Amino acid sequence: MKIRVGHLYPDYLNIYADRGNIAVFDRRARLRGHELEVTAISVGDDVRPGEHDLLYIGGGQDREQALIAPDLAAKGPAIKEAAAAGAALLAVCGGYQLLGRGYVDRHGTSLPGVGLFPHETVAGDRRMIGDVLLECELEPGELRTLAGFENHAGRTRLDPGAEPLGRVVAGFGNDGESGYEGCRVVRSIGTYLHGPLLPRNPWLADWLLAQALGHATGAEPHELEPLPDRLEAEAHAISAQRARDRGGRF
Amino acid sequence: MSVRLAVETIAARAASRLSRLVGTGGGTTLPGKLLWKLDPGAIDALAARLPQGAAVVSATNGKTTTTAMAAEILEPTWRLAWNRSGANLVSGVASTLLAERGAELGLLEVDEGALPEVIRRVRPRALLLGNLFRDQLDRYGELELIVERWRAATAALPPDAVLVVNGDDPQVGDLARGRNGAIAFGIDDPQHARPTLQHAADSRYCVRCGKPYEFAAAYVGHLGDYRCPHCGHERPELQVRATEIELDGIEAASFTLETPAGSIRVRLPLPGLYNVYNALGAAALAQTLGTPLEEIRAGLERFGAAFGRFERIAVGDKGLLILLIKNPAGANEVVHTLLEGGAPTLLLVALNDAIADGNDVSWIWDVEFEPLLGRTERLIASGDRAAELGVRAVYGGLDEEALEVQPDIERALDRGLELTPPGGELVVLPTYTAMLALQQIVTERGLVKPYWERT
Repeated sequence: MKIRVGHLYPDYLNIYADRGNIAVFDRRARLRGHELEVTAISVGDDVRPGEHDLLYIGGGQDREQALIAPDLAAKGPAIKEAAAAGAALLAVCGGYQLLGRGYVDRHGTSLPGVGLFPHETVAGDRRMIGDVLLECELEPGELRTLAGFENHAGRTRLDPGAEPLGRVVAGFGNDGESGYEGCRVVRSIGTYLHGPLLPRNPWLADWLLAQALGHATGAEPHELEPLPDRLEAEAHAISAQRARDRGGRF
Repeated sequence: MSVRLAVETIAARAASRLSRLVGTGGGTTLPGKLLWKLDPGAIDALAARLPQGAAVVSATNGKTTTTAMAAEILEPTWRLAWNRSGANLVSGVASTLLAERGAELGLLEVDEGALPEVIRRVRPRALLLGNLFRDQLDRYGELELIVERWRAATAALPPDAVLVVNGDDPQVGDLARGRNGAIAFGIDDPQHARPTLQHAADSRYCVRCGKPYEFAAAYVGHLGDYRCPHCGHERPELQVRATEIELDGIEAASFTLETPAGSIRVRLPLPGLYNVYNALGAAALAQTLGTPLEEIRAGLERFGAAFGRFERIAVGDKGLLILLIKNPAGANEVVHTLLEGGAPTLLLVALNDAIADGNDVSWIWDVEFEPLLGRTERLIASGDRAAELGVRAVYGGLDEEALEVQPDIERALDRGLELTPPGGELVVLPTYTAMLALQQIVTERGLVKPYWERT
């Protein structure tokens, strides 16, 4: 099966090795006999709902984010339409911020957002930097952990009732005080965690690939057959331990 | 010297001897830290005593090498206060100024983030700014924040100080705009331009208007001959240039050094275009300090690499080649250089994640390891984040069978040497603290002298 990935602004939003996440999607899809087709969607390109099974948007510095924010806001309705029609989505760091309602940077400049995630972000004085460990329950009864690294000045506040990606076990999370990190809207996942996120948390890559396959086939997503993931598990364990030992806190 | 400074100086020197005696390594920054705590203003007084003033060097990549090249050029003329150990925070600068009592000229490598503080205190007569790449974002925050600090640093320069900048770096070159007597250096040899900007290149958007630059030539990362088609912001005129470059694998790089004082051919005993940039910076700096061209050439040609950046060590009938990696731009150049020299089939890479390496290891995914991985028959992944490195290599196309994960650096080194044939050379790519660990191992085995005892 071909899985069509739309990678938003790879030329602007790539500050934390976002291509590592794409490499993980690619290899894990191939090992299951699928093919990943990645298309760049940059400034001036259209998002056509239905053309992508999975959308990916990474993080950038304030400067790059400001350069693409107006273009991204214009793509907003199409991105929301694609997500509502069942495309999976992963947004990391800056991309996560801009897919909310908006972002106010450290100079007080307001950047418009897409409004896919029910949150708002305001830059604070102190950056939240460090290793993070989360506990997630994307499928009822299935507790999994995510280990990564965060580095953000933005404080993201979820609307009441919004679903976070996970509970912070160690680290700052969305705003350093709520105890939650990231946001989930059905098949869309937003998070501050990079590292990159997926190489040491392959279960999330598989979950997103399953959702994307569901979109591609029109069937309900079902779990992919497991891979050995011995090295990945080791990398995860060390990263998780780092978060417990030295994860950020105020 | 004031009585107070004298007392503090004695206390701090004693701390240095103590630190060396207890073997915590070189006594590098302890006395400076002590002095800095006792009286931050003492650094100003120590710097003001230097009869020839001070020159300061900063950059993301190559600052240790560039400073060491400048030292090689300048040492025959002046007695230097040079922080050769690479201790480049304010405390390291203080320690150097303390230790070198009879020095005539300060030659100080300074951390990017510490630059404004050092400039305000040391008040140098020359400042060399080499390049800005993404590096240790977990420590520095965003690249823009470093640019802001550098802007503050250049604004704090004494009015008669000479600012030397890498004109091929848009952000750095722009810092010299409008400053009297500033010197820009760069490469002018489109033959050696890379066909495309590397993945995740920094500074690809115009510093003035934000539109993408057009690069007539990109040499190392985003360093090159750029122009914004929208607003016309472009590379400044270069006063010091390298032309007619010839790269000789991992052995050497030759180029014609063109300066306002004339041109001369230089054979640099170090590989790669990135070392040509380092040499250009050192040459431009030395020239502003009055060094004749012939002495600049001689210094560069005598140069042996800085501590661990590019080091060859004999181990019985085998050799070690150690090349430091610390961020995507620098590591890409190391990979490129290895490919030029005929890629090794056995490789030891050691990834640590201490503060000096960067707690955030995501940068390894921005390095273009792929061309190297395609030829690697055996990769030994080592260091505290060896597993992470292994994942990176396998997802980058390395056959899992070709991978060995050995977090312990000493065991990894022995395994690598075991796999190296007699007469062969083991290539080791360590991050900063992994390099220090390697240094300690080879020092303890008596293969090299401790760095603070080297001449």
